[in-house]
Order: sequence, then C-alpha cells, then structure tokens
Amino acid sequence: MAVLLIAEINGGELSADLTAKSLTAARQLGDVTVLCAGAACSGAANEIAAFEGVSKVLCADDPKYGNALAEPVADLIVGIACEYDHVVGPATTTAQNILPRVAALIDSMMISDISAVIDGETFERPIYAGNAVQRVRSRDKTKVITIRTAAYDATGTGNSAPVESLSAAGDPGLSEWLEDRVAENDRPELTSAKIVVSGGRGVGSIEDFSLISSLADKIGAAVGASRAAVDSGYAPNDWQVGQTGKVVAPDLYIAVGISGAIQHLAGMKDSKIIVAINKDEDAPIFQVADFGLVANLFEAVPELTDKL
Amino acid sequence: MKVLVPVKRVIDYNVKVRVRPDGSGVDLANVKMSINPFDEIAVEEAVRLKEAGKAEEVIVISVGVPQAQTVLRTALALGADRAILVHAADDPHTDIEPLAVAKILKAVADEEKPTLILMGKQAIDNDLNATGQMLAALMGCAQATFASGLEVGEGSATVVREVDGGLQVVKVGLPCVVTVDLRMNEPRYPSLPNIQRAKRKPFATITPEELGVDVAPRLEILETVEPPERKAGEIVNSVDELLEKLREETEVV
Ligand SMILES: Cc1cc2nc3c(=O)[nH]c(=O)nc-3n(C[C@H](O)[C@H](O)[C@H](O)COP(=O)(O)OP(=O)(O)OC[C@H]3O[C@@H](n4cnc5c(N)ncnc54)[C@H](O)[C@@H]3O)c2cc1C
Ligand SMILES: Nc1ncnc2c1ncn2[C@@H]1O[C@H](COP(=O)(O)O)[C@@H](O)[C@H]1O
Repeated sequence: MAVLLIAEINGGELSADLTAKSLTAARQLGDVTVLCAGAACSGAANEIAAFEGVSKVLCADDPKYGNALAEPVADLIVGIACEYDHVVGPATTTAQNILPRVAALIDSMMISDISAVIDGETFERPIYAGNAVQRVRSRDKTKVITIRTAAYDATGTGNSAPVESLSAAGDPGLSEWLEDRVAENDRPELTSAKIVVSGGRGVGSIEDFSLISSLADKIGAAVGASRAAVDSGYAPNDWQVGQTGKVVAPDLYIAVGISGAIQHLAGMKDSKIIVAINKDEDAPIFQVADFGLVANLFEAVPELTDKL
Repeated sequence: MKVLVPVKRVIDYNVKVRVRPDGSGVDLANVKMSINPFDEIAVEEAVRLKEAGKAEEVIVISVGVPQAQTVLRTALALGADRAILVHAADDPHTDIEPLAVAKILKAVADEEKPTLILMGKQAIDNDLNATGQMLAALMGCAQATFASGLEVGEGSATVVREVDGGLQVVKVGLPCVVTVDLRMNEPRYPSLPNIQRAKRKPFATITPEELGVDVAPRLEILETVEPPERKAGEIVNSVDELLEKLREETEVV
C-alpha cells in the first residue's frame, strides 16, 4: 500500500525525531513517500532521504509553506492524496491542524493520535484521556491519520532515497502568519528527551520553578509542567504535559509538586520509570509512580540536585 | 455579527471513566454528563464578544441525543441567545463522528451565515481534535486552531495559537472557524436568574435528514478496552534511597 508521510518541518528545519518516529508507524502500513513542505527546506528533504524505508521524498519548497499554515498546506496535500492509501503525520499541533482539513476535503474520516497499527485499515487509539483504548477500522479509500509519536521508536538512517520537487499549489490567501513567540533554550525537546522533570502548582512561583529547571539541567533533562503550573504563569504553554499538552514517554519522568490528575497522567503514564515528589502521601500521582518520595519539594529537590 | 458555537455533551471531566467488561464501550449508566470543557470556554468567549458590542447574536448548537439539550440550556444560561439541537441519535452510546458533525454544521452555517464559528479544540470523550478543521475545510474558509487569544476586527481576526513550539499569531479572514484552548478565558458560573431566563430562550430541534446529511459512521469501532495498568510502585524514605533506586533501575542517572 502507498503511504504519504507528512514530515514535521519548523522554519525550514526537519524535526528529525518526530518524523523518524512517525515513519516507524508509516512503514507498518506500506511503501512510504515523505512530503517535505516548507520554505528553504531542501536540506530537510535530503535529511529525510537518509531515513530507512523511505522510497521517495517530495520536496515542496515555497515561501507560502514557511509557517505551515493549514489552508495552503492542505491544498497541496489534497492535490496528491488520491495516489495514496494513507496520508499520515505525527500528532503535533502542526499536523493536527492540517490533516483533519485534508480529510474533510477528500471526504475521509480523520483518525487522530493512533498508538498502534493492527493492519492497513485497523488502528488503536486512546480515548477519554487514555482511560480507554479504542480499536477502529476504516474503509475510507484514503485514510488520514496522525500518530502518537511517544508510542514509537525512531527509525534509523542509512538510506539515500530520491528527492523530487513537487510544485506548489495555489495560495487560497485565507490566513496570514504574523509572528512566532518562541522561547529558545538549549534543553532537549520535551517529546524526544530521555528524562523529563516536570513541576506543578506545588512549586508555587515562577522564581521557584528554577528549582525544577536546575534539577533538569543537572541531568540533561527536558522541563515539563502541569496545566496548573502553566495557567499560573510558572512555565510557558509549550511545556505542558497531558491530555491537552504534549504526550511524552521518556525513560525517566520526575513529577514534582504535581497531584496526578487523569488529564496530566494522559501525557506521561507510558514513561518507563516514574518518580513522584509530593508532600501529600495521598496524591494520586503515587498510584502510578515507581518511586514515590513524600517530602517537601523545597527541601527534597535541592538535595537531589546536589547529590546527582 | 453572528457567532455560532457548537457544544458537545460529554462525560464530566471529573468522572473516572470505566470501560465495559464486554469491550463494547464505556459505561454511561448514572454517569454525570456535562458540556465539553473547551466548548464552555468557546461559549464564554462568544458571550464576551456580545458584551463588548462586537457580536449581535450567539447561537449554540449540539449534535446528538435529545439529552444534549441540557448542555444547550447551560450555554443559554451562560449568555447565548438561541439554541439548535440536531437530533442525530437516540442511543447515548452513539458518537456522531467529526466528519458528520462538520457536514451538519456546514449546512447550518449556510443558513445562518455566522461571521465567526467558535468551538472547542477537542472533545474530551473521543479526543479527536478534528471537527473545527473539518468544518473550515467544508466551508472553504480560514481556520485558527488551539487559540488562547482572539481579537476580532473588521473583516479579519487576529488569533494567538498555542503550538508545540510556543505561541503563533495569525490573522484570518472572516468568516472563519476558531477552535479554543483552555487558556482562552475562565468561564463564568451561570447565575440563578440566568438559568431561569434560559428556559424561555428560543430552542429549535432539527434532524440531519432535514439538513440532507448522512450521519452513518465511517469508522467501525471494533472494541474498547482498558489501557495497560501500571504496577503500583514503592515509597522511598529519603533522597538517598531514591538515588540508590534510580542507580539500580535506570541507566540515565
Ligand atoms: C479538559 C481538561 C484538560 C486538561 N488538560 C491537562 C493537561 O494537559 N495537563 C495537565 O497537567 N492538566 C490538565 N488539566 C488539569 C488537571 O485536571 C489538573 O487540574 C492539573 O493537572 C493539576 O495540576 P497540578 O497537579 O500541578 O496542581 P494540583 O492538583 O493543585 O496539585 C499540586 C500538588 O502539589 C503538592 N504540593 C504542594 N506544595 C508542595 C510542596 N511544598 N512540596 C511537595 N508537594 C507539594 C500538593 O500536595 C498537590 O498534590 C486539564 C483539565 C481539563 C478540564
Ligand atoms: N456532536 C457534537 N455537537 C456539537 N459540537 C460538537 C460535536 N462534536 C464535536 N463538536 C465540536 O467540535 C469540537 C472538537 O471535537 P472533536 O473533533 O470531536 O474532538 C468540540 O469541542 C465541539 O465544539
């Protein structure tokens, strides 16, 4: 079967880890062509060509794809979608914005955030914030799917697939990019980090959130946060882990001052080892933690950082 | 301008959802149902636009079983002006898929001609995060998803979107579809007089057939199962003991 994978491109650069993880799922479906749409993205296209199992890369290099606006990118994909049995992408805010639009334009029912491929038309996906898992079958001609990248390992490199250029589609001119407000930091990406340290409302202030960041920096971890911590302004929105934030599955997840609401667990309960530090021994986070420490975080976290 | 707000009736977010042992779905018997939290935020935003003199009318619409009228009443009590129930199912376990909901909303939008459609980014039952994007596609209009900020101007709106890398600001032409994220606002509590008043607000019931939409599902739900259970862990007594465990059990520390 023919699969079109939408590469995750940000400002012309490839998000290699997310693309490589969705490629692992895409390869279970059939022969994979990767679409690389962006501005000045030929470098990204060549990078994708090196991933194992990629048959071909289509590179649509055009300024109008530079900010991945849904309307023009969906039109580009719709122009070639009928050649494929599956159009897939990672369940990122970029692809989740674009692909349902594609699905509606080709009259296909969107299948979001799959965690397993059973066969070419059967998939598993978590529902109810991960409290249940649904197995669904689609008979749509072209199935449109986003992939929960935390459920997959990344495909390796060692290939050199051909790169073809794909001419841009028209610009519907419906929306316009104005600005990105992105805070740069040198930490690993939340969704690809081996260790994540997250802080919750218990941390209490933006100043004290540095306790979390210092612990993370000491062990090369990414920093995450609960919704309450983000809502309270202790951490930026892109650090939020959970049902409405990012889904992560690192080797080690350290939850500090987080109670463990189901909406938070939805984003981290597939981590290999979970550590919880909370002063309330009845906090639900302890029910999923491999190691729980009942302690005041303002004492325990500096001590931990110190001794690591 | 008119604002159309689709609202879905879902299991309340505080309820611990139970999977039926026979794999046929989740248990809905005696379970508290509420307005989808994202949709409540969309209603609040629409009502604020009305209070600011930017919108003339806020219409709320729900697609599903007749019991969905309760979430429409909630939305009316929050300040919406009129409600439309699209009676598309009788069995509460039937979930009308985003593609069908989008087709229904498109048909209603063709009639009502709203300038803005404000809706949730995601229904917390099926977690599909698709209906708004699908509706915008069918309407051939702009979409601004995962919004935490909205400024409506003449002929266009400026929207702050919560994206994986941080925030993105876009300008979209009107009419458009905006799907809201949790940080857009904090919804008010409906007051008692407003709950009373809501009972007298216009309320229409229509069917998908009247709109010419086929709601037959495309996805066949084969089975619904419990997620893998995590084993209960252990409580350590000190930071030193925690470090010892981490050194034993992981390679990362
Ligand atoms: C539709 C919807 C979607 C949502 N999506 C998300 C999501 O994606 N991600 C998410 O995280 N939440 C989400 N939520 C919110 C979720 O329901 C919880 O409200 C939130 O996770 C709580 O965050 P918290 O654990 O930091 O805060 P709280 O629940 O307030 O917990 C704070 C914890 O800190 C502990 N504490 C306090 N002081 C100390 C101290 N000195 N030392 C040690 N421990 C201390 C307390 O014992 C407590 O357990 C969502 C909610 C809804 C309705
Ligand atoms: N049956 C429905 N009735 C009304 N609105 C709905 C319905 N289903 C979805 N929606 C709207 O679409 C949003 C996204 O839902 P979903 O795509 O199912 O995650 C919800 O937050 C609602 O605003």
